[in-house]
Amino acid sequence: VTGRLDFAVAGVVTVGTGKVEYGQGVWTALAQIAAEELDVALHRVRVAPVSTATSPDEGVTSGSRSIEESGGALREACARARSTLVREAAARLGTGAAGLGVRDGEVVTADGGTGLTYWSLDRAAETGADAGVAGDAGAASEVGVAGGNTEVVGKPAVEWSVAGRSAPRVDIPDKVTGRPRFIHDLVLPGMLFGRVVRPPAPAAELERLGDADLPAGVVEVVTDGSFLGVVAETDAIARAAAGLLRRAARWKVRESLPDEDDLKGFLLGEPAETAVIVSRRDPAAAGDVARTLTAEFSRPFIAHASMAPSCAIARVDGPEITVWSHSQGIFALRGALAAGLGVEPGHVTVTYAEGAGVYGHNGADDAALDAVLLARAPACRGRPVRVLWSREDELGWAPFGSAMLARLSAGLGADGRIRSWRQEVWSNGFLGRPGIGGQPRLLALAHLAGGEPLPAALDGPPVPTIGSARNSAPGYDVPDLEVIRHRLLTSPLRTSSLRSLGGFLNVFAIESFMDELAGAAGADPVEFRLAHLSDPRGRRVIEEAAAMAGWPRAAVAGTDAGPAVGPGAGTAAGLAAGPDTGLGVGYARYKGTSGYCAAVAEVEAGAEVRVRRLWLAVDVGRVINPDGVVNQVEGGAVQAASWTLRERVRFDRSRVTSVGWDSYPILRFDEVPEVAVRIVAAPGEPETGAGEVAQGPVAGAIGNAVAAAVGARVRDLPLTRDQVIRAIERD
Amino acid sequence: MEQAIGLTVNGRRHEIRPGPEVSLLDVLRGELGLAGPKFGCGAGLCGACFVLLDGQPRSSCDLPASAAAERDVVTVEGLAGPDGGAHPVQEAFIDEQAAQCGYCTAGMVISAVALLRSVPDPTAEQVREAMNGNLCRCGAHGRVLRAVLRAARVRAAGAQA
Repeated sequence: VTGRLDFAVAGVVTVGTGKVEYGQGVWTALAQIAAEELDVALHRVRVAPVSTATSPDEGVTSGSRSIEESGGALREACARARSTLVREAAARLGTGAAGLGVRDGEVVTADGGTGLTYWSLDRAAETGADAGVAGDAGAASEVGVAGGNTEVVGKPAVEWSVAGRSAPRVDIPDKVTGRPRFIHDLVLPGMLFGRVVRPPAPAAELERLGDADLPAGVVEVVTDGSFLGVVAETDAIARAAAGLLRRAARWKVRESLPDEDDLKGFLLGEPAETAVIVSRRDPAAAGDVARTLTAEFSRPFIAHASMAPSCAIARVDGPEITVWSHSQGIFALRGALAAGLGVEPGHVTVTYAEGAGVYGHNGADDAALDAVLLARAPACRGRPVRVLWSREDELGWAPFGSAMLARLSAGLGADGRIRSWRQEVWSNGFLGRPGIGGQPRLLALAHLAGGEPLPAALDGPPVPTIGSARNSAPGYDVPDLEVIRHRLLTSPLRTSSLRSLGGFLNVFAIESFMDELAGAAGADPVEFRLAHLSDPRGRRVIEEAAAMAGWPRAAVAGTDAGPAVGPGAGTAAGLAAGPDTGLGVGYARYKGTSGYCAAVAEVEAGAEVRVRRLWLAVDVGRVINPDGVVNQVEGGAVQAASWTLRERVRFDRSRVTSVGWDSYPILRFDEVPEVAVRIVAAPGEPETGAGEVAQGPVAGAIGNAVAAAVGARVRDLPLTRDQVIRAIERD
Repeated sequence: MEQAIGLTVNGRRHEIRPGPEVSLLDVLRGELGLAGPKFGCGAGLCGACFVLLDGQPRSSCDLPASAAAERDVVTVEGLAGPDGGAHPVQEAFIDEQAAQCGYCTAGMVISAVALLRSVPDPTAEQVREAMNGNLCRCGAHGRVLRAVLRAARVRAAGAQA
């Protein structure tokens, strides 16, 4: 399937997309769009395998853009195909198109079926007998142009019957019954099994291999500079052999990592590239400031911590390199592999195979290079070689989301309104995917003989929508605004994209600071936000989340709560819901241009900080699969709670030490909050993604709830017991 | 030559000769071709590889295959009823759409089945406690909790009918 649509199999519509499924439900949503616009039953729609050989290049499946990008193209292709079908049927029947409809793929008149379907006319077109429904989107559009009918648009949302309603995910039955579904489950004929013995530290060189008595079944040991790997007949043998090689190898390790207990010193001390992100100065407003507040917020490095270690399969056959990968960007990976290996991209084919959940640029692409490096060894040529990372390598070698520092200052007028805002952000870059900046950026390239350390991640143009500056400009009405970004030029730990990029810390900082400003102004946090927010869609989600939570004192439309009155109104103490418990609110429009989300958190700050409940309201425009949106928002909220409460990549001066679930804990069943999500309907607005909207607002809400519970503000993530005690002692 | 051992997996008896560092998970996935139990950590800390071992949920990645000798192993593939239909817990996971990526799901289903065998009508707290050894990175916990409670309800309704 080189185009968007294929009707070659009778009764089946095969949809081509470059966007990949990793549990976020995008293929289900795309199938709904196709079924809706074509007027076929949802079960007829299949998504074609995604491969560089056959699929449209739709870039990377990231940034919550899939439904906007692939969905839009698919909708148009399907609408055109339907229009072409109806026009062709009208010509054959000698009637006008106006009286014709489509029911489950068949053209119908007022009298019933006509026998003319996407499949019958497509076959006619293929045999050259007729100019029927073209199987390819491009061809379909040409037919449309030839017919003088260029104005084909999708159905308005009010007419939807398949899209806009919750549809069960197409992948879930396989996953609950254990049918092979993941790349880890893929067994190819003659497949060998590889493991890589990574260096013990980011700055380490292999001095000598040492003597290892390798077990029977080892096919090849591959060494190249400091890259060391082994291939065997089974994964168990490869794993055992890798252990023996690891114990025997001698490495020269350098101390290259910063002091983990002084991340702010690291962020402020490294050479950096400074850019003005926003400069919207208003001297009159800035001159009308009665009181100025300043504060610093930070987060540590955060790991993807995927449930599945990265995995890839490669086969090297003569000049041809065939790769199966769970990469989010198979075309970029193809280019990076070709550049890194010095071969023509035309000789590299990458086919997508599903992995575990993806929250950004993880180890998938690196594993693909590992697999090729092992598969090209002489004893492995012509046979597929599967590489599986260890849990330790997954937590230690996949890129991290960067540590960040945000320094905020804001001026309040005598009336308690914000006059000026300044935000300054220090961070490593978030753009480190394969191919960024024209560099392949695949891990093993740094370890091969003559390899260079991977370049520091980039951070995108100086706008508040991308990189560490994402959401660095508050979405509130602020007359005088300046935002500055400092991207570190050194990268002792490798960083790249992690869900919401800088949005997580920026929104945590902004929303924490909004509560501090509200406190200074003597205002209720919800009211204070609404008083500085003219965007009606933003106001609506805040009001909705506050109503869901029964926000106690705000004069919120649609709630039973009365206006803010009485002692404690508008202060953190007024939101203390009981001993050691508190409520907090957080809000952002993701990227400043995408989906809206407001969150209210209820926390208990006893021996540990525990988030009991989260209420979220989101406006993500027109919604294709409501339950899919809710699932994404729930999951984003739980992960954000985990980042906020627990997560921190640990390291000493030479190596990452948080390489197991005991040293990199994530929230468990008995710790996850109850999450309620409400979608605020916006059928007239374009669809946005939903997978990242919750990250920042949830962190802000939890931080504010902790402050309400304990009467002290924790500004450095994660919000552990120690941090809370430190804040109480400080305040 | 390694010692041959016998074990029963999903009701079928197998004779295998595992090497010294071969785990039960290696045997299930590598030799028996069962894709349900997943490799997640290799240390028994995440639950992705859970199987029922003599009826009890147990990680299979850190259990030497030899330790499963003469024992009864059930993987998520072995939960289907005699008619081949999905187990009520599996049905409930589908009904509640209780997964995102689904890599942890098979292990979750195993823990839930074990719980409902010993506690047919669990409270939400009991479910959380029973599932605490199963990590999920996508944040599908709330759905899984609802699915387990639904499976218990469905079974109770079926028992009464």
